[in-house]
Amino acid sequence: MIGTLANAAPYVGYVYPNETDIPWSVLIVIYPYITGLVAGAFIVSSLYHVFGMNQFKPVARFALLTAVSFMFFVPMPLLFHLGNPQRAFNAVLTPHWTSAMSAFSYVAGFYVCLLLLEIWFAFRADIVALSKAKSGLQGRIYRLLSLGSDDVSPASLAIDHRFATALAIIGIPAAGGLHGYVGFLFGSVKAREWWSSDLMPIIFLLSAIVSGIGLLVVLYVAYSKKRKVPASEQALMGLAKTLWAFLLVVLLIEGLELLEMFYKRLEGIDTVERLIEGPIRYGMVLQWGCSIGVLGLLTVLIVSKARGRTLVAGMTVSGIAMMIGVVAMRWNVVIGGQELSKTSKGLLIYYPEILGHEGLLAVAFIFLCPFVVLWLITRFLSPWEVEAGKEVSP
Amino acid sequence: MDRLDKEKMPKAANALRRNFLRTVGIGAACAGTWVSKTLPAASSPQEAPIPNIPGYDWRKHKWAFGVDATRCIGCLRCVEACKAENGVTRDAHHFRTWVERYVYLKGDDHAHVDSQSEPGNIAASGSEQAFRFDNRYQDAPVEKAFFVPKLCNHCTHPACVQVCPTGATYQTRDGVVLIDHSYCIGCQYCVQACPYGAREFNHTMGVTDKCTWCYHRITKGLQPACVEVCPVEARVFGDRNDPESPISQFIKNNRVSVLKPHTGNAPNVFYVGIDKEVS
Repeated sequence: MIGTLANAAPYVGYVYPNETDIPWSVLIVIYPYITGLVAGAFIVSSLYHVFGMNQFKPVARFALLTAVSFMFFVPMPLLFHLGNPQRAFNAVLTPHWTSAMSAFSYVAGFYVCLLLLEIWFAFRADIVALSKAKSGLQGRIYRLLSLGSDDVSPASLAIDHRFATALAIIGIPAAGGLHGYVGFLFGSVKAREWWSSDLMPIIFLLSAIVSGIGLLVVLYVAYSKKRKVPASEQALMGLAKTLWAFLLVVLLIEGLELLEMFYKRLEGIDTVERLIEGPIRYGMVLQWGCSIGVLGLLTVLIVSKARGRTLVAGMTVSGIAMMIGVVAMRWNVVIGGQELSKTSKGLLIYYPEILGHEGLLAVAFIFLCPFVVLWLITRFLSPWEVEAGKEVSP
Repeated sequence: MDRLDKEKMPKAANALRRNFLRTVGIGAACAGTWVSKTLPAASSPQEAPIPNIPGYDWRKHKWAFGVDATRCIGCLRCVEACKAENGVTRDAHHFRTWVERYVYLKGDDHAHVDSQSEPGNIAASGSEQAFRFDNRYQDAPVEKAFFVPKLCNHCTHPACVQVCPTGATYQTRDGVVLIDHSYCIGCQYCVQACPYGAREFNHTMGVTDKCTWCYHRITKGLQPACVEVCPVEARVFGDRNDPESPISQFIKNNRVSVLKPHTGNAPNVFYVGIDKEVS
């Protein structure tokens, strides 16, 4: 068999010959990224549903729809990446349980079911009302979605609320488990020095939450603008404080991990330093720059009790910066880990392709899909509170 | 609780306690069975049906490999033979076996390392499909130099097998790590998990590939292709169940080491004549 690899990675120092074919592409950068957005959005809805934090009420249902829209597309980058995607179900039908990856379909499947159930309970009253108000095909679809349960008496709604709360309670460890699990996928690879850390699951989980809150802020502000309804200041300030707290912890843990690594100076640390100064230099600047910048900005917003346009603008910038910072962090971990050679004597440089099923265009397409689906779902099921026929923002 | 207390305990409470203990016991037994059936899969092969290979019983062999780096001359006939024997992709990025060159120049603390797939060596051979080391050190003040052949270590506790989500890569009873190409989904998790860079991805088939110690040959009583062609007997192969086999003698008569022992993978390729720079 004769072949020359078109996109073989250039390298410096000594790397094993097979390493020049980088196994996991930019698709595997957005896989944990999308999963993380789900976890973050879900946590916000739980803060309202479980902990009764009323400031999150305006975004709680929207957060659920955001979570499920992104969750649908979590498997997509994985399927695009597989050499034999038609065999993907081998891992479901005959899972090899010592592999963390074999649990993926079960973990993800469970989480999708949980989200769908919670959404159904949170929206059942709306679905029943719409099934009565709409006629024709739309009415039939809403009737089908109501699953024959059209009792919207206060007693029945109270039961709905109890179920939604119970599901949200299960959902918190499930969301944590889902993303902690993704961190474990990387952290358990002892052959990769840059991944093999006991802190990887917790770092993945916390950064997931901050990216998800960032996404929710951006989407909430954008939707409010489109609906011509001012975004709830209470909700935004609540999100600012939550983001601040999670961000502070993730920065501390990541910082301490780097400090330990450089203080201990185990074998191979020279190459790790060259990795940070070299291939992932811009990624590290983005990750740390965005995170520290957002932490500073949020501190100012919270201390100054910002309101109105200042709060909206500050939070939008924070949300966008957080999403960029976390995608950079995912790149630094997933790509950086592979750019650091297993020989500890060399570095590879990964250049993503533009076209092709593992290229940047494919990634852009996959990442766009959840936004389109979210837009479609919100047209079908409005997550916003409606009073006397007019949308309000509490 | 003493004996007296036990006798005082009402019968119903005793029955309740017995039931509880029985339930807990059954639960623990089930959990124990599950754990014992699941976890050792990473370290020892599960009982599988004996493969139908005429005249071969995999229960009777325990294969291992030896590399004597003091003998290797870097001729790369092993790489050539491996590519030809196993249909390995003919470019500089896919190898089931390769050879590393370690050169210490006078005054240097660290070795200069390269392999046959390094651009200078490809330029010397004229093509990615031919293999040779160039003469870059011809006029250099070389203090120490040696070659190290590399290949899959067919570990006793293979991390690649542990992480495979489908079980497509597995350990045979006779100690060889193989891949079922018809079952591999091509996720490359095993490529990540191998600390030795021994796994490569076949883009045409969409599956992972690696050294099999030429399983199709050794089960017929032949040597792996790389061992067969080595002109200086730097590569040794054999059955550890046979104390007179070349590998048993090699391990017995030399102070052998393995690569990256700290990973806990317990490799079955044993080296002689490597130094601290080799990993």
